[in-house]
Amino acid sequence: MAPPTETGVRTLFDANRLLVLILGLPVLAGMAGIALPAFGYLPALGESQFTLDHFAELSGQPHILRSTLTGLAAGLATTSISIAIVGTFLAGFAGTPVFSRIQHLVSPLLAVPHAAVAFALAFLIAPSGLLLRLISPELTGFARPPQWLVPNDPLALSMIAGLVAKEIPFLFLVALAALPQLPLRQSRQLTAALGHGHVSGFFVTLWPALYRQIRLAVLAVLVYSVSVVDVAIILGPQLPATLPVRIALWTADHELSARFLASAAALLQLAVVAVAIASWFLMERLGKIALARMTASGRRIRNDTLLRLASAIAMAATAVLTFLGLAALGLWSIAGLWPFPNNVPTHFTPQTWLRSMPQLGPPLRTTVALAISAASLALLIAIMLLNRNGAAGGGGKAIAYKSLYLPLLLPEISFVFGLKILIIAAGFEPAFATVLAAHLLFVLPYVLLSLSSPWRTLDPRFERIAAGFGKSPLRILITVRLPMLLRACLTAFAVGFSVSVSLYLPTLLIGAGRLTTIATESVALASGGDRRVIGVYALVQALLPFLAFLVASLGPQLLFRNRRAMRT
Amino acid sequence: MIGWAVKIAAALLLACGIAGGAVAADPGNWDKVVAEAKGQTVYFNAWGGSESINAYIRWAGEEMKARYGVSVVHVKLDDTAKAVATVVAEKSAGKDDGGSVDLIWINGENFAAMKRQNLLFGPDWATRLPNWRYVDFETRPTVLADFTIPTEGLESPWGGAKLVFFYDSARTEAKALPDSAEELLTWAKANPGRFSYPQPPDFIGSSFLKQVLIELTDDRGKLQKPVDEESFAADAAPLFAYLDRLKPFLWRQGKAFPQNYPDMKQKLADGELDIIFAFNPAEASSAIANGELPETVRSFVFSGGTLGNTHFLAIPYNATAKAGALLFADFLLSPEAQLRKQDPKIWGDPTVLSLDKLPAADRSAFESLDLGVATLRPNELGPALDEPHPSWMTRIEAAWIRRYGAPN
Repeated sequence: MAPPTETGVRTLFDANRLLVLILGLPVLAGMAGIALPAFGYLPALGESQFTLDHFAELSGQPHILRSTLTGLAAGLATTSISIAIVGTFLAGFAGTPVFSRIQHLVSPLLAVPHAAVAFALAFLIAPSGLLLRLISPELTGFARPPQWLVPNDPLALSMIAGLVAKEIPFLFLVALAALPQLPLRQSRQLTAALGHGHVSGFFVTLWPALYRQIRLAVLAVLVYSVSVVDVAIILGPQLPATLPVRIALWTADHELSARFLASAAALLQLAVVAVAIASWFLMERLGKIALARMTASGRRIRNDTLLRLASAIAMAATAVLTFLGLAALGLWSIAGLWPFPNNVPTHFTPQTWLRSMPQLGPPLRTTVALAISAASLALLIAIMLLNRNGAAGGGGKAIAYKSLYLPLLLPEISFVFGLKILIIAAGFEPAFATVLAAHLLFVLPYVLLSLSSPWRTLDPRFERIAAGFGKSPLRILITVRLPMLLRACLTAFAVGFSVSVSLYLPTLLIGAGRLTTIATESVALASGGDRRVIGVYALVQALLPFLAFLVASLGPQLLFRNRRAMRT
Repeated sequence: MIGWAVKIAAALLLACGIAGGAVAADPGNWDKVVAEAKGQTVYFNAWGGSESINAYIRWAGEEMKARYGVSVVHVKLDDTAKAVATVVAEKSAGKDDGGSVDLIWINGENFAAMKRQNLLFGPDWATRLPNWRYVDFETRPTVLADFTIPTEGLESPWGGAKLVFFYDSARTEAKALPDSAEELLTWAKANPGRFSYPQPPDFIGSSFLKQVLIELTDDRGKLQKPVDEESFAADAAPLFAYLDRLKPFLWRQGKAFPQNYPDMKQKLADGELDIIFAFNPAEASSAIANGELPETVRSFVFSGGTLGNTHFLAIPYNATAKAGALLFADFLLSPEAQLRKQDPKIWGDPTVLSLDKLPAADRSAFESLDLGVATLRPNELGPALDEPHPSWMTRIEAAWIRRYGAPN
C-alpha cells in the first residue's frame, strides 16, 4: 500500500527515522551514561578526570572472571539449546496434527513472565521441590531432602533450563509467524520424493530461508540470556553470581565509588554481549558449512523418528513442567505446614493470600497502570508508524525497522543503568513517567512486531473502495482499517501489556524503589525464601498477562455483537 | 501583571514556608511537630523481606493516618544499604532538601557510614522524643552505642536483637545440642549437611561470623576498636581456620549458602537444615503461629553468650517529611506500639523499653504477653556479647567473599 501523499514533511518525519529517534536516542544516551562514568567522568559526583582506575578495580573484584564466563556460557548454551529444539521440532512436525497440538500447549507460555517461570521451575526441581516430593520416599528412599545443589548450581544448569523453558515458546512463535511465507508443502513433497526424512528434508530446503527470517529474534534471545538478571537471581549460581547480577548489586551499593565500578562493569557486560554475538556468528558460519556439507553429500536421514520424538517431548515437557511449576506455586500459596516428603500440605489456609492482599494492592495497581499506559502508548505509536510507512518487510524500508531490535540487542543492565545515571544527573525524580518511558523502550518493539504482520496482510481493496468514496486517509484509518484490525490491535496491546508486567530491571533501576511492581516485589522475595508468599506474587504475575489476552480475545465479541464477520 | 506578581510571591512564600518547616522540625516543640506532620507522607525505608514485619509496619502506618493524618509509605528494601545509597546520591547531586527517604530502619555499618558522611538529621533528636522517657538505656548499653559507635541521639531505638538458635525437637536431640562455636563444629561433623549460615554479606550470616570471631579471639577488647590493618590477618586467622574446618560439613558442603534467615527457616521446615539461628528470640514462635515451622521447634543459646544488639530508626539530613518522621519514630517507641511488636503472633521483636519505667497498666500488659512455646524467657537468653566495631564486619565480609566466593 502506497502512502496517501508524499510531501517534504512526511519524508522528514519518515516513520523509520521516528522509530530510530524514539528507540535509538534513549538507548544511545544510556550507553553514553555508562561509558563516561566507566572512565571516571561523572561531573554530578564531582569527578571529571578520565582514568582507567575503575577497570583496574573491576578486574580486582573477587572471581570476576568466573562471573563473566558463567553468564556468557549460560547465554550461548540457552540460545543453542532453544534453537536446536525449536528447529528440530519445526523440521520434524511442521504441517502435521502433532504440530498444532503442541502449538496450543506452548503458545500460552509466551505470556508467562520470566520470573514466574523461574520460580515455577525452582519449586519443582529443588531437593525439597514438588518433583522429589511426588516420588519420595517411595521411589527414592529419601525421608529428607538430598544434598543436591539445584537450583543455583555453580554451572548455571538450572538457570539455563529456566531460560530455555521461556525462550522456546518465543522462538517457536516467531518461527511460526515466518513459516507461512515458506513453500512448506511443496518442499516436504520434494524432499520426501528424494528420500529425505522430515528433519533432514526441512533443514536442506527450508531452514536457511527460515533462519534468515528469525535471526534477529535469535540474537535478541542470545543478548537477553547473556545479560539476564531476574532469572539469574532466582535460579542462577550464587558463588559467585553471574556478572549482570553483580552489576545490579553494585548499582545499589552505598559507596559512591561503586557507581563507577558498576559503570565499568556495565561496559564489560557490553563487551560480553559483543563476544557472545561474535561467537554466535561463528557458530552460524560453522552450522552453515555443516549444512552445506550435508546437502552436497546427498546424505538422507530417513529414519529420524527418535530425533523427532525427542524434539516433541522437549517441546511438550517445557510446557508441562512450567504449568506443573505454576500449579506448585498455587499449592504453596494456600499451604499451611508442608513438611518433606509430603506430596500435599498437611492443611490448607487462605492466610497467605489474606495477609498478602493489602501489600499486593499498591504494586499491583502500579503494575497494571504501567502496563496499560505503556501498551496503549506503544499501540498508538505503532499505529502511527505503520500508517506512515506501511508495514515492515516492504522492500528497502524493512531494513530501517531493524532499529526495533536495538533495545533488545543491547544488554539492558548496561543502557538502563546509564539512563538512570543520566536521570539522576538531570535531577529527575524516580516517578511514574520516567519508569513508563523506560518500559516503552521494551514494549514498543514487541507491539510493533505483533501488529505489523496483520497490518501488512489486510486486503488493501477495502481502503481503495473507501478512498473511492472520497474519504480522507484519517477517516479511512479510523472507520475502515482499525475496526478491521481490532483483534490484531488488542492482541498487540496484550503483548505489550505482558511485556510490561514482566519487566524487572528497568522498573528496579529507574523506579529506584519508589515505584514497585509485582515483578520487582516477587524477585525481591526470591531471597526471602518464604515459598507461600513467593507463590502468591509469582502466581499474580503469571495471571496478569492471561487476563490481558482474555480481554483481547473477548473484546471483538462484545464490540461486534451484531456483526458476525467482524468477530474473527 | 500585578496579579501575577502577587501569585508568584505567594507561591515563593509558600515554598519557603514548606521548605523552612521541613528544616525547622524541632523535637523540643512537640506540638509544633504534630501540627507540621499533619498531611505529610513519610517514606519509611525498611527491609521488606518478612511478611509479619511488613504487616506490623502497615498497622503502624494506618494508626499514624488515623491519629495524626500522616501517611506512611513502606519502601521495601532487600538491603538497607540501598536507602543509604539513595541519600548519598542525593547529596552528591546537591539535593539538600526534598530528599526521597524520610526514615530508615538502620543499625551497625549503615549507621556508621551515614554518621561519618554527615547524612543524618541532627543534632540529638532521639532522646528528646516524648517516649524516650521509657527507654531502657541503663541495662541496654547498645541503645547508646550502636556497634560501638555512639548514637548521640541521631537514631531512635526500635527493637532489641539477640542471636538465638532453633532446632526441631522431633528430629534433633536436645542433649546433643552444641553450647559453643567449637561444639557446633563437632555437632556439624556428626551431622554433615545439616547446618549452614546465610551467605555474607547477609546481615545474619555476617553476625554468625562475628559470633565465632568473638568466641575464638584471645583479645575481645581489640574488637571494640576499629580494625588494625597491620594485624587483621592474624586477628581473623582463628575465625577462618574455624570456617575452613566447618566448610566440608556445611549444607551442600559449603558450595552454596542459604540467602538469609527466611531461607534458613524454609530449609528447617523442609528438613534440609537441623540447626538455624536468628536475631529475634521470638522468630520460632512466630513461625509456628504462622504455620511455617512445625510445633516441635525449640530455641537454645550458648551459655557463654551470643551476639546482641539494638536496631534503630534514623532520619536523613535531607528528608522531606522530618516532622512526620519524628512523629512516626515516637509512635513506634510508644508502649502500645512496642507491646504489639513484641507479641509473637504479630512480630515478636523484643522491646527497648524498660518495664520498670512503664505505667503499671502497660507493664502488666508486657508481663502477661504470651511469648510463645518456642521462645526463651528473658532470663534464659544468656549473656549478650557486644557487637564489634563496624569495620570488623566490613573487613570480615570482604575476606569471606574472597575466600569462599567461588566453590571448587
